[in-house]
Amino acid sequence: MTDAAPATPLETQREIDRSHMTVSDEVAIQISGMNKWYGSFHVLRDINLTVYRGERIVICGPSGSGKSTLIRCLNRLEEHQQGEIVVDGTELSNDLKNIDKIRSEVGMVFQHFNLFPHLTILENCTLAPIWVRKVPKKEAEETAMHFLEKVKIPEQAHKYPGQLSGGQQQRVAIARSLCMRPRIMLFDEPTSALDPEMIAEVLDTMIELAEEGMTMLCVTHEMGFARKVANRVIFMDQGQIVEQNEPEEFFNNPQSDRTKLFLSQILGH
Amino acid sequence: MSDTHAQTVRFVRESMLPEQEPPLAESGVLKWVRENLFSGWLNILLTVLSLAFIWFVLSHLLPWFLNSVWSAGSLSECREIRDEVFGPDASSACFAVITDRWHQLVFGFYPPEFYWRPIVALLLFLAAMAPVLFAGIPRKALWFSAAAPFLIYFVLWGGTIWGPLAVALGFVVGYATFVGLSRFNALLATLGAIVVPILYWLFVAGPLAGALASVLPIGLTFVPSDDFGGFQLSFIIGMAGILLSLPLGILLALGRQSNLFIINKTSVAFIEIIRGVPLIVWLFTASLLLNYFLPPGTNFDLMLRVIIMVTLFASAYIAEVVRGGLAALPKGQYEAADALGLDYWRSMRLIILPQALKISIPGIVNTFIGLFKDTTLVVFIGLLDPIGLSNAIRASTEWNGIYWELFVFIGLMFFICCFSMSRYSIYLENKLQREHR
Ligand SMILES: Nc1ncnc2c1ncn2[C@@H]1O[C@H](COP(=O)(O)OP(=O)(O)O)[C@@H](O)[C@H]1O
Ligand SMILES: [Mg+2]
Repeated sequence: MTDAAPATPLETQREIDRSHMTVSDEVAIQISGMNKWYGSFHVLRDINLTVYRGERIVICGPSGSGKSTLIRCLNRLEEHQQGEIVVDGTELSNDLKNIDKIRSEVGMVFQHFNLFPHLTILENCTLAPIWVRKVPKKEAEETAMHFLEKVKIPEQAHKYPGQLSGGQQQRVAIARSLCMRPRIMLFDEPTSALDPEMIAEVLDTMIELAEEGMTMLCVTHEMGFARKVANRVIFMDQGQIVEQNEPEEFFNNPQSDRTKLFLSQILGH
Repeated sequence: MSDTHAQTVRFVRESMLPEQEPPLAESGVLKWVRENLFSGWLNILLTVLSLAFIWFVLSHLLPWFLNSVWSAGSLSECREIRDEVFGPDASSACFAVITDRWHQLVFGFYPPEFYWRPIVALLLFLAAMAPVLFAGIPRKALWFSAAAPFLIYFVLWGGTIWGPLAVALGFVVGYATFVGLSRFNALLATLGAIVVPILYWLFVAGPLAGALASVLPIGLTFVPSDDFGGFQLSFIIGMAGILLSLPLGILLALGRQSNLFIINKTSVAFIEIIRGVPLIVWLFTASLLLNYFLPPGTNFDLMLRVIIMVTLFASAYIAEVVRGGLAALPKGQYEAADALGLDYWRSMRLIILPQALKISIPGIVNTFIGLFKDTTLVVFIGLLDPIGLSNAIRASTEWNGIYWELFVFIGLMFFICCFSMSRYSIYLENKLQREHR
């Protein structure tokens, strides 16, 4: 981020309420000895990672280092070939029942929002609760409005995604995930497709989520967000977890050369 | 206002003049003509050539239409009337053949005392289609649409009412089997829902209908398929083909996209084989070869066979059109549906297909229009569609030698149907465009 971009640190000026941001010793995600290949390309190498309930983890690293692939493995959008992934006590295997169960417990927010353009905002939010959770329509709509209010766009409920700005769409995407009442949220570069002035509104929403104690895994290059909210920052390069640490330590005292290089590129000038 | 300017400007208009009409040469038709038709030498040349061409065509066609004879018993009678009224050299259409034989072109050899039945069937069809085509009609009306095929069959062919009812019951049996078995196993339930109704139709439906008919004989006079003909035949084959080929085509498109080896390869093989062979060959197969494959003694209605062949043929094309729509969707839509925990069928039905089909509407309607016109090919296997009947009419002594008038009429009937489909497709595209953006 260049110095000339004051739009981003909006979220950093706010005091963060840490009273609910407690990390329990209950394991939310356990990855052990995980490997993944695309054909002959070894994209993830021997990943070991334990995420505790209530943790807020920021994953960063150069483009192509396998960050997206890693978090997409957690809800089986990608299949791993070796090792074990246990999410919320359920092991990810080829068993379709397990996959659907995990997917309904794990929310995911994409870089390009991926809202359903043929459905209204409200329908986007009620679809999965109604069809997967079998929630009655009325109740699902109430929940949806609750979360739309939370992301501060209840007045857009009856519009179509195409009528909203990028930042609004991303907040709807977050609300849509929350409507399933997930226990874990995955974010894959949620702000990289946004104009600078919209980044803050999305980060604000994510901070609120963190304040409520949601377990979050977040691929992002918003280092301000990482410093303030994360309790662990993970640096990935060439398919490996190179370094992980608390944010202060990670930014002030990086251990490996690759981390130093990356941080100098992303923070420096 | 004017005070401020009074010191600096010598003259300020105090009152506005009313807007004037632009000069004649700068407005309306004249301006348009000058700008669009006579703006340069090439343009002038093209305009003159086009006008000459239009004049050439109209000068031949218009007298033919305007001098047409609408009531006569035969072609020679037509000619006599023309000689009397317009003179022997005048060009004159003899639409009397339509007045004389329109009922045959429309209804074929359907018994004239029962003409009300195809008309009722058409009304039932339109009423059943309305809730499918237009979202404004209450969704409850779709139940009527589901029942309509059996009703329409009964009205058209007649016979005992228990036949169609017994067949319809098969779907209820299938559904009940599915619900009953899905408590144990989803795969078992799906298999059961396919196998049990088929067994029911093969072995139970016939005797059941027979038994009920002997107890309570309700029905209409039976009209055999051989009596069906004319535009009615084309319409039945065409519409049945259209309505059946859409779901089948969608399933084939999904099959072709599937990761499951057997389903994928079967769909690909089916599509490529069906598409790679001319429809007329399939129609001959339907009329000749199927008899070899079917157990001897089965009397499998030729019209039904043709409907099946036309359906299969069109579904291969629909499958490819829909596949294009599926491929055009961003991968993110599939991923978002997956990430929310929707299973395959729900994500297809709720997320993927509504969008893919919207993209595919022009291609689908194009295929439908093609299918509808291709039904005229059945003349080659001896079914009397309008073309076949026009041959028959020409073979009669009265109308020997008449061509154009019949074809104009047949063409017009097809045009009305195809044009309606085309307009509906545009209406639907616009509606979806408005809704989603
Ligand atoms: N479907 C795929 N097939 C083959 N290679 C892929 C595929 N998806 C990603 N890759 C490759 O895997 C590597 C990691 O990708 P990704 O996880 O998207 O990286 P990041 O999100 O860290 O930028 C990249 O080199 C990318 O080209
Ligand atoms: Mg990525």
